[in-house]
Amino acid sequence: MTHNSRYSKYHPKWYRTRTPIFWWIHKWVHVRFILREMTSVFVAFYALVLLFQIRALTQGPEAYTAFLAWLKTPVSIVLHVVAFVAVVFHTITWLNLMPRAMVLHFGQKRVPKAVIAASGYIAWAVVSIVIAWIMVTT
Amino acid sequence: MKKTSEPFWWALFSAGGMIAALFIPIHVFLNGLAIPFGWIEAPQYENILTLVRHPLTRLYLFGLISLSFFHWAHRFRFTLYDGLQLKHLHQLIAVLCYGSAIVGTLAAGYILLSI
Repeated sequence: MTHNSRYSKYHPKWYRTRTPIFWWIHKWVHVRFILREMTSVFVAFYALVLLFQIRALTQGPEAYTAFLAWLKTPVSIVLHVVAFVAVVFHTITWLNLMPRAMVLHFGQKRVPKAVIAASGYIAWAVVSIVIAWIMVTT
Repeated sequence: MKKTSEPFWWALFSAGGMIAALFIPIHVFLNGLAIPFGWIEAPQYENILTLVRHPLTRLYLFGLISLSFFHWAHRFRFTLYDGLQLKHLHQLIAVLCYGSAIVGTLAAGYILLSI
């Protein structure tokens, strides 16, 4: 995905077959790849929701109540359900890639992939429980 | 080899991907589903304001929001290149993607400093 190849402009003298826009639709692995990349849209969506929520807090109790009311609208519910599925998909794909992207050593031995993957999932669980605890007790 | 800024953007993408993976799902679940459906009670205004005003919370929210935007910017940029075959527009797309993330970062910084 993040290669550094230099792309050249269209050059009529070179023969190149044109790739259709939906080249990825025919194979499930490619669809999965595009879906995974598209989870980032929902990550950004949620960063925006957080921004608007904090802005509502700066504007006073009425704005905060209005924000909570917006959260109950069907549009918000649908967006959040889709966003939840997308960000969980992001987390799973991200944590599963982690052992392949990271090479850790403990002394002379390489840390097994399963240990790295497991520690990612444990971190996810711990973080989620801590945030849920803070939100419920606030 | 030509020097590029790619490693810098990739580092932001990667940090954002990790932060988003660990922290965002629970926020979406609590705020977007559990509170509206009444499974848990929404925090009182004064309480959540006090929590958000805490320096550590501000730092956390700033990092979470900013890095999430940069994560999006990088992934979305390459999806447009590869998925939609828009390689010839690569400069414009890069400016728009990272530019949006920078604007989002500035907005987060401003709001969190003024709260």
